[in-house]
Amino acid sequence: MTSIVERHKKLERNVTLLAVGAFITVAIGGIVEIAPLFWIDNTIEKVDGMRPYTPLEQAGRDIYVREGCYVCHSQMIRPFRDETERYGHYSLAAESMYDHPFQWGSKRTGPDLARVGNRYSDEWHVQHLKNPQSVVPESVMPQYGFLADADLDVPDIAANLTALREVGVPYTDKDVEMAMADLKAQADPEADAGDLETRYPKAQIRDFDGNPSRLTEMDALVAYLQMLGTLVDVNSAAAQEELASERGR
Amino acid sequence: MANKRVDEATNTETVGHEWDGIEELNTPLPRWWLWSFYACIVFAIGYSIAYPAWPLVHKATAGVLGWTSRGQLDQELKEAAAERAKTVAALKDMPIEQLPEHPELMHAAVAGGEAAFKVNCVQCHGAGAAGSNGFPNLNDDDWLWGGDLKTIETTLIHGVRQPGDDQTRMSQMPAFGRDGLLTASQIQDVTSFVLSLSGREKASAASQRGKVAFEANCAVCHGPDGKGSRQFGAPNLADAIWLYAGTREAVASQIGNPRHGVMPAWGTRLDPVTIKMLAAYVHSRGGGEEFTPPPVAETQAEATTAAE
Repeated sequence: MTSIVERHKKLERNVTLLAVGAFITVAIGGIVEIAPLFWIDNTIEKVDGMRPYTPLEQAGRDIYVREGCYVCHSQMIRPFRDETERYGHYSLAAESMYDHPFQWGSKRTGPDLARVGNRYSDEWHVQHLKNPQSVVPESVMPQYGFLADADLDVPDIAANLTALREVGVPYTDKDVEMAMADLKAQADPEADAGDLETRYPKAQIRDFDGNPSRLTEMDALVAYLQMLGTLVDVNSAAAQEELASERGR
Repeated sequence: MANKRVDEATNTETVGHEWDGIEELNTPLPRWWLWSFYACIVFAIGYSIAYPAWPLVHKATAGVLGWTSRGQLDQELKEAAAERAKTVAALKDMPIEQLPEHPELMHAAVAGGEAAFKVNCVQCHGAGAAGSNGFPNLNDDDWLWGGDLKTIETTLIHGVRQPGDDQTRMSQMPAFGRDGLLTASQIQDVTSFVLSLSGREKASAASQRGKVAFEANCAVCHGPDGKGSRQFGAPNLADAIWLYAGTREAVASQIGNPRHGVMPAWGTRLDPVTIKMLAAYVHSRGGGEEFTPPPVAETQAEATTAAE
């Protein structure tokens, strides 16, 4: 006992040694908590159907972040009965694998949006964004009507995609090359979308804001909202069975 | 560690060092605290054995209890489903038009429908089902497509203006202004006539002119007296209930460049029992009508219309 205390004195009286020792001790805590998330199966589970965002969806996502939607809306359904009955199947980690930054959270002033895609019509979204109280009288959401008047101004969407590719989103060279054309084609049912749907399965191609003559920020935001939670078929029987029987979570 | 001694005033041992005559008492931790601390350690060991804890190569240790948050959710959902199983089974086999003959089942269906309504319907139809501009009020007895249980169920299953569903409620009011079917002044005349139907405006020369245009263009769906037709989902224009507001501006805009509401085909999203419950709930809101089986001839006529 005495000898340990005596040895401890060495540590306490040498500031460099103390700093190194303290760093190692804290690092162990961090490594045990954080490092396994990079390799254990259930945090890097693979799911079918995930794909990177289309340029238009990504542009909408940037507007979502710019307007601070995340302050009131989370995109993370937790595995509780009340949440799954209200919002749909709980979120899987892989469903936010291409999110930079992710939109998780548990502070909800408005409802969770992780599976809002295809639940409402485009017209509803446009009316709701312009004047939320016209469809949900008790809502405290601000009005975002200006989005419908603002042309979607993305100077270089290919650069956005390249930046995302740098942090691990698997955009192909063709995706980057075609980014601007894809962006415009997705909101224009008249245009030739080329192989957009092949490169981005389940991409929804149509005019989103009810004004086909212009490509507005409203188009992009609604395109993003309409896609949320629609990529992975979480409700298939096989997926349900597998998820419920998982251990070690 | 020299100079350890027991302090006389407090009868407590000192830690043994001394600077300029100042010493430090080695007061022991309170026992309750120490034992709580040991108990927490024991609990933590037990907990990490019983529940998922230590991350390994592919997954964390599972814990001997086999608990998972997803498994627990699954079990809770199964328990909830088991509780409802009897009602659900009874509802499943029962044609919806017979539901009113079983008050207890009807009651359960309305309660279940209320819950499902809050999740799936309130965003458009409003928390009290009162609707809003463009989204029908379900509390009144003014129905676009019909208000008996069977008809409500059909509307729910197939939705409104859903491409790809051949039984969906489909009607398309022409854009009389945008497509140049009526001139701007004719639209104003028709607006005057429409507003005069419900007494919002007095009859005038304009409404007299509008009447002629109305009979030629609108009466085929809305009826000569503007009372609407459920066959085409054409709203009744002669009452005080308006889908897109009853102002002159709104009516003229609807004639010139109409909006067409949509509703999802819930048959592809919800199970048949939930849809029955929703129909029962909507029916119970105040405007529910009694089911009358259509005469055979009419059914055939409808089928022909649909086929066309």
